[in-house]
Amino acid sequence: MHTKNLVAVTVGLGLVALPALTACGSTDAKKSADSKTVTLVSHASWSVSKNVIKDFEKQSGYRVRVLRDGDAGQAVNKAILTKDHPQGDVFFGVDNTLLSRALDNGLFQPYQAKGSDLVLPEYRVDQGKHRVTPIDTGDICVNYDKAYFSKHKLTPPQSFADLAKPEYKNLLVTENAATSSPGLGFLLGSAAKFGDQGWPDYWKKLKANGVKVVDGWEQAYYQEFSGSSEGKKAGGDRPLVVSYASSPPAEVIFAKKRPSTAPTGVAYGTCFRQTEYAGLLSNATNTKGGKAFLDFLLTKEFQEDMPLKMFVYPVRKGAQVPPDFTKYGPPAKDPETMSPGSIATHRDQWVKSWTSLILK
Amino acid sequence: MVLPVAFFALFFAWPVTAIVTRGLRADGTWRLGRIADVVTQPDIQHVLWFTTWQALASTALTLLLALPAAYVFARLDFPGRQLLRAVVTIPFVLPTVVAGTAFLALVGHNGLLDQLWGVRLDTTVWAILLAHVFFNYAVVVRTVGGLWAQLDPRQEEAARMLGVSPLTAWRKVTLPALAPAVAAAALMVFLFTFTSFGVVQILGGPTFATVEVEIYRQTSEIFDLSTAAVLTLVQFVAVGAILAVHAWTLRRRETALRLVDASVTARRPRGAAQWALLVGVLATVGLLLVLPLAVLVQRSLDAPGFGYYRALTDPDGGTLLVAPVHAVWTSLEYALAATVIAVLIGGFAAAALARRDAGRLVRGFDALLMLPLGVSAVTVGFGFLIALDRPPLDLRQSWILVPLAQALVGAPFVVRTMLPVLRAVDERLREAAAVLGASPWRVWREVDLPMVRRALLVAAGFAFAVSLGEFGATVFIARSDNPTLPVAVARLLSRPGELNYGQAMALSTILMVVCAVALLILERLRTDRTGEF
Repeated sequence: MHTKNLVAVTVGLGLVALPALTACGSTDAKKSADSKTVTLVSHASWSVSKNVIKDFEKQSGYRVRVLRDGDAGQAVNKAILTKDHPQGDVFFGVDNTLLSRALDNGLFQPYQAKGSDLVLPEYRVDQGKHRVTPIDTGDICVNYDKAYFSKHKLTPPQSFADLAKPEYKNLLVTENAATSSPGLGFLLGSAAKFGDQGWPDYWKKLKANGVKVVDGWEQAYYQEFSGSSEGKKAGGDRPLVVSYASSPPAEVIFAKKRPSTAPTGVAYGTCFRQTEYAGLLSNATNTKGGKAFLDFLLTKEFQEDMPLKMFVYPVRKGAQVPPDFTKYGPPAKDPETMSPGSIATHRDQWVKSWTSLILK
Repeated sequence: MVLPVAFFALFFAWPVTAIVTRGLRADGTWRLGRIADVVTQPDIQHVLWFTTWQALASTALTLLLALPAAYVFARLDFPGRQLLRAVVTIPFVLPTVVAGTAFLALVGHNGLLDQLWGVRLDTTVWAILLAHVFFNYAVVVRTVGGLWAQLDPRQEEAARMLGVSPLTAWRKVTLPALAPAVAAAALMVFLFTFTSFGVVQILGGPTFATVEVEIYRQTSEIFDLSTAAVLTLVQFVAVGAILAVHAWTLRRRETALRLVDASVTARRPRGAAQWALLVGVLATVGLLLVLPLAVLVQRSLDAPGFGYYRALTDPDGGTLLVAPVHAVWTSLEYALAATVIAVLIGGFAAAALARRDAGRLVRGFDALLMLPLGVSAVTVGFGFLIALDRPPLDLRQSWILVPLAQALVGAPFVVRTMLPVLRAVDERLREAAAVLGASPWRVWREVDLPMVRRALLVAAGFAFAVSLGEFGATVFIARSDNPTLPVAVARLLSRPGELNYGQAMALSTILMVVCAVALLILERLRTDRTGEF
């Protein structure tokens, strides 16, 4: 019975202490709820030049807080799970492969951003409702290690069909389509190329031709690919990798000693176009600030800052791309594309079939 | 009792229920048919089968390699024994990302074995099994070895005097006494490997998945919440069954054994057999436990003039938004808060459980307290996000969220350490003090506290080390501008470039040293070894 009293006393103490503890936290929560702060929820790749964001803060009077949450897919899923009480006001980084999931789950509320009339027509979606704003675009393509192909006197592959040819046996590494966005993009590209009926046969051929699948882009590009500078050090032995059309300029720009040409090239016949969107979160606390931030994402200043920060291309008409970018890695002229509606209908089933076909 | 129950209801049961409900309820109706749908899918059955057999194989391998070590640590006296006991415990509290990386550096692409002999084990099941041994070695050494050290060797000697062979004497006398401890250790290892996440995620590649990894993929990547919910329930049932058997073996262990002071049972090794055993155990520990840790340290020093360590203080953290060294302080603060919570919750739970008049209900709570060890950290993490999201309990932006999640994992260790000691306190002492007019507070201070102080410190130390290394739940709820050490390591590892990799290794080394120091202090404090860890 004595212990009982003791417990009662401590529960009392605990009940006093707990609100005190939570109070420490709620000052943070208040900070995010105040109208002077706009909170951006994004994935780990979000990046912007310091002076560009400072300009926005100065002009708009808002302070920007950023919550970066894992990779793109994870960030979208987490945002959907918390949509009743979102962690921020604006979400950036849902791409066309996952757009339907975000829209079907009511992640965004409508807002037509200033400058959306300047977005190149091919990137516009959801026109009637304006729940999302296109922000950037890029191509998922097979990259090749130039040194390997010149050493072996072999022409690099150019198309999806080439990759299944015997001379490229055991050369390609790609990402798990179930867990990685370039992996999924490559699968969708092949489906766009060969159709709903044709893609499984194509992948059977790739499998027979020794395609290697790893979980994420980091592992594929920095461990397995022989063309990237890190991959070379890690002893990567695959000269073909599923990556981006903008990866070769990155190899040049981030090299210790700048080479005159990029060490890697792009197989332009294997590209799939990816577009990333941002939107105003449903139930956002600071909708006014969120709207201002969406407008900012379409300004010329931000659009021209993106290429060297996130290695993507602007969607705004007339936004300049740095010369290094166009020189070492122009976007694909004729990439495979697929409407978000078609992706929404097939994605989950295709990924499931792909998983059983390739991984099991 | 009320406090621990309230704590677990609020920060464990509710979030987990919330996320499972979210998966299995659509438009207000339960979709229990999903359960049958999911568990009959060939892919899911494949996952269930892999989870089970790898856990069995890992447990068998761990027992095979660690039981000789349990004997050596219990019965042989050799220089450096205390230090080595602490060393073998380090892996258990290391975050899996760190250990996974160490293993990759050893057996992976371009790893040590690859460079020496062209041997690669990554993406094979061997890497997973060896890493599981690496982690759980200490569980067997501490649980079985702790008891073994206290068994009276004279019993076995007496049997031998009566003419039986050493083997028979061991089989008839020592083995039966040890069996419950071996069973308890095996079950704990089975539990930890059955729910393995980080190891399989890092070393398994896309082809191997345990239920826990599959829950993560279904929730976080494929966003199939109903499949994730069904898998959570499946894991719940499995873990519940394991814990029930575990509780049963624990109770059997409480049968009276003749225990003696551990310090008198160990002797210098004699004879070729004992020397061979000692050398064998030291070699295993060296290859399997020390080598991966050494590789980690070596990689962290792989830049001239401690370059990676100096880079940790760079205020422009790049990947992390803060200087990486900041994560060290964040981690220490969180771990401290988590320890306070875990000791409070676990201490009260242990006090309630230790009472002689504790009913069945209370004893059942004993097993429930262990559940957080076996329930998916991913589930808990997501549960926190959707359950604790509105005032007055909107904790999602609060720093306290991380220590709360860590305390869930730490509290079971506190209970397990305190319980045997508290049970040993003679109730008559408390009653006598009360009869003489002492207040309950005074009784506790004068009778219980002096007896449990050491156990309390040991429990706190363990909770602290476990909190420092906790990764699964933390990674989902830690704020990006305030990463803990393990989270910072994971982020650095996911980024390209030598400098990021080197900094990850340096941070891991710092974490390892902090854990080692905490454990060495524990070794000095520890007197009673009947506790489980």
